[in-house]
Amino acid sequence: MKKPFAITLDPGSSLANHTGSWRTSKPVYLDRLPPCNNRCPAGEDIQGWLFHAESGDYEAAWRHLTRDNPFAAIMGRVCYHTCESVCNRAQIDAPVGINSVERFLGDEAIKRGWSFTPPSTESGKKVLVVGAGPSGMSAAYHLRRLGHAVTVMDAGPFMGGMMRFGIPKYRLPRDVLDAEMQRIVAMGVTVKLNSKVDNILDSMRAGAFDAAFLAVGAHIGKRAAIPAGDAAKIVDAISVLRSMEGEDKPMLGRRVVVYGGGNTAVDVARTVKRMGGEPIIVYRRTRDKAPAHDFEIEEALQEGVMIKWLSTIKQAGEHQITVEKMALDDKGFPQPTGEFETLEADSVVLALGQDVDLGLLNGVPGLEVADGVVKVGANMMTGHAGIFAGGDMVPAERNVTVAVGHGKKAARHIDAWLRGASYTAPPKHELAQFEKLNTWYYSDAPKTVRPMLDIIRRQSSFEEVQGGLDESNALFEARRCLSCGNCFECDNCYGVCPDNAVIKLGPGKRFEFNYDYCKGCGVCVAECPCGAIKMEAEEL
Amino acid sequence: MSDLQPVKFYQTGTFTVGNRLLAPEERSVQANMQRTNSLNSGHRACQGCGEALGARYAIDAAMNATNRQLIAANATGCLEVFSTPYPETSWQIPWIHSLFGNAAAVATGLSAAMKVKGKKDVRVVAQGGDGGTTDIGFGCLSGMFERNDDVLYICYDNEAYMNTGVQRSSATPPAARTATTMPLGSEPGAPFGQGKFVPAIAMAHEIPYVATATVADLRDLEAKVTKAMSFRGARYIHILVPCPLGWGTASHDTIRMARLAKETGMFPVFEAEYGELKSALAIRRQLPVEEYLRPQKRFAHLFGKTPAVETIARIQAQADKNIRRYGLMAKEAAL
Repeated sequence: MKKPFAITLDPGSSLANHTGSWRTSKPVYLDRLPPCNNRCPAGEDIQGWLFHAESGDYEAAWRHLTRDNPFAAIMGRVCYHTCESVCNRAQIDAPVGINSVERFLGDEAIKRGWSFTPPSTESGKKVLVVGAGPSGMSAAYHLRRLGHAVTVMDAGPFMGGMMRFGIPKYRLPRDVLDAEMQRIVAMGVTVKLNSKVDNILDSMRAGAFDAAFLAVGAHIGKRAAIPAGDAAKIVDAISVLRSMEGEDKPMLGRRVVVYGGGNTAVDVARTVKRMGGEPIIVYRRTRDKAPAHDFEIEEALQEGVMIKWLSTIKQAGEHQITVEKMALDDKGFPQPTGEFETLEADSVVLALGQDVDLGLLNGVPGLEVADGVVKVGANMMTGHAGIFAGGDMVPAERNVTVAVGHGKKAARHIDAWLRGASYTAPPKHELAQFEKLNTWYYSDAPKTVRPMLDIIRRQSSFEEVQGGLDESNALFEARRCLSCGNCFECDNCYGVCPDNAVIKLGPGKRFEFNYDYCKGCGVCVAECPCGAIKMEAEEL
Repeated sequence: MSDLQPVKFYQTGTFTVGNRLLAPEERSVQANMQRTNSLNSGHRACQGCGEALGARYAIDAAMNATNRQLIAANATGCLEVFSTPYPETSWQIPWIHSLFGNAAAVATGLSAAMKVKGKKDVRVVAQGGDGGTTDIGFGCLSGMFERNDDVLYICYDNEAYMNTGVQRSSATPPAARTATTMPLGSEPGAPFGQGKFVPAIAMAHEIPYVATATVADLRDLEAKVTKAMSFRGARYIHILVPCPLGWGTASHDTIRMARLAKETGMFPVFEAEYGELKSALAIRRQLPVEEYLRPQKRFAHLFGKTPAVETIARIQAQADKNIRRYGLMAKEAAL
């Protein structure tokens, strides 16, 4: 080819110059673990389902959520959402209202009639679940998804366990509870109500079950020895809450003293208020030492519940009780002061904790019980092969979310055990700390607050206290998510690379580095909003 | 709660390069998988080069705005040297280089030639660094402006002659260390009271469009290039492009430095039409100038054992003047 005057080389492209060889360290994409996911007792992929909600695909969001937890609408009401307490957005303005969005998705699923897909193949294995509460029904759901035939047996007349008999309906409306229970039955799970299991081995043998998951709730209220006259009315909190579900409402009188400082005490006091009574909570320590969640105490106070801190009940009579004032010692323990006071009281409700009825375990070889709970291994299996346990029955914090998490975990191990294998959870990704984010890129937005029922209405009715988000503000709330540690395809890396060394693979497919040209400057890492890229030293 | 927000909220809005929540036509040129990549891979710019980034941002946007009918004239400088070592080129557009000081004049010629040939749709940009623009090419540039030639001139300002070893230019800020303004004597670094701000001079020519931008605000930069291409006649865009080598900053901090320049008021981001200021990009989270100066080794002498408090205060006063003059604290609708 004839070249122009004084030209000796053909024109070439700089693509021949592989500048990647300059690099001493290279960027790599990674998924970090968002703090919310890390904290969730039910192991939800919160960032993952919010990602779908952000684009308005609520069904995909709900389906993603229910991979881990089938009870979105219940969770959205009763979960204590510790996820929000660790949300990185709190360091910018306020945490993302994860719980609100979860509730919206759960309500949307009920409204639109979304259902779970039954398993495509049957394993041929039979599993018995004892207890139709959060842990048992969660396990039933996961086991059914894995193709096992599941039978749930419960002593009570309805599904829901402690969610029905321990949580007042102003916090969890029963139509919501029923809808989420029925959806699991519809997958092909058999539920036998009014069927108390008296001996687990007998029941397993009778039904030819290959494995069992025990998830009996703590239905027995603890008693305390209070000197009381014959006419004094003393009942336990859990039976008060349970009787709210039946025809015969509890007869407690006008002035009701609730003894205890936990969530159950608050639940009972608020229930009494709604029935027209005048509840007084008596608790031996201070508000900051009370095991009840502070927001619940706050809501109770707003509704007019009286609370006497630093007080113990010394004696109970027919229409009055004697309380002794306490004082905290150096170590923070309450000590009696010798000062007494008399309170009007038509009844005393003891909310001092609950126990589980472990009668069904009598005579099971290998099984160990300590402090009223069953010992289980890391795989949730008791000392007796094939019998697993979770929820209130095992040593752990007792709440619905923890119970649901146990159900999922046990189901995975039961599934593995039935196949003669063992389940190993995939290793956790490193945590996506706030310092890993570049928060410049997020729009400023405050948290959308869920509307609270008007105080007056709330005192006298059992309507739900917390309202829900509507579509537009649920979307707004979801979009406040920072997507910590997980690429949300903002295109920043693709845009900011001075060397065009980032390949965009298209929607949903994320990006790749072109290491032929990446010089390792690290701009992509610094400008990634969510911390989904890190630098790694090159081997030279 | 009656004050629930009915606002449209898109997580990262237009702060990020792309945003899957926006409609495709609302996304940036750089987010597009089919962007021109006018300045292609394999160029020899340093790691984290702000100028390479700024040039691709600007020329890709211009290509997009002109339906890819674009010719570029380039002044001598880093951009020219690192993109076209003979016989290679990184440019994926028709591109010409002549001399250090005549890019504006070459572009004027190109524009005239297109007019003669009747190719009205072929548009011309000229581009250069601050040396080729504010110093060496300034006569040609001013001539192009006063004749109102149909050229968009883009200056990539990294505040010194980086290609030849970091010598001071008339765009070097006061107190900055360069090879020719060493941190010695009573007033170390580049002197106060010298230099010029060419965007203001361009405005004085009353040409159709003048704008400033940084590599930290992509959407703003693209909007300005697109707007510039909607005008005929002389237009000028001045883009701040941090230089890791010359400024003594980490290569990963290039965009962060540009962001700090804007957020401290050190570099005013605004646009003007026919000599009149039209709008300014408001500071989002105002910061003191120390935040901008401290990460840069060229200002390290201000932060020695006895910090140069007075010098820093003089620089802060300059930033404050920019904020006043260009209305940078005004609450403007975010882009």
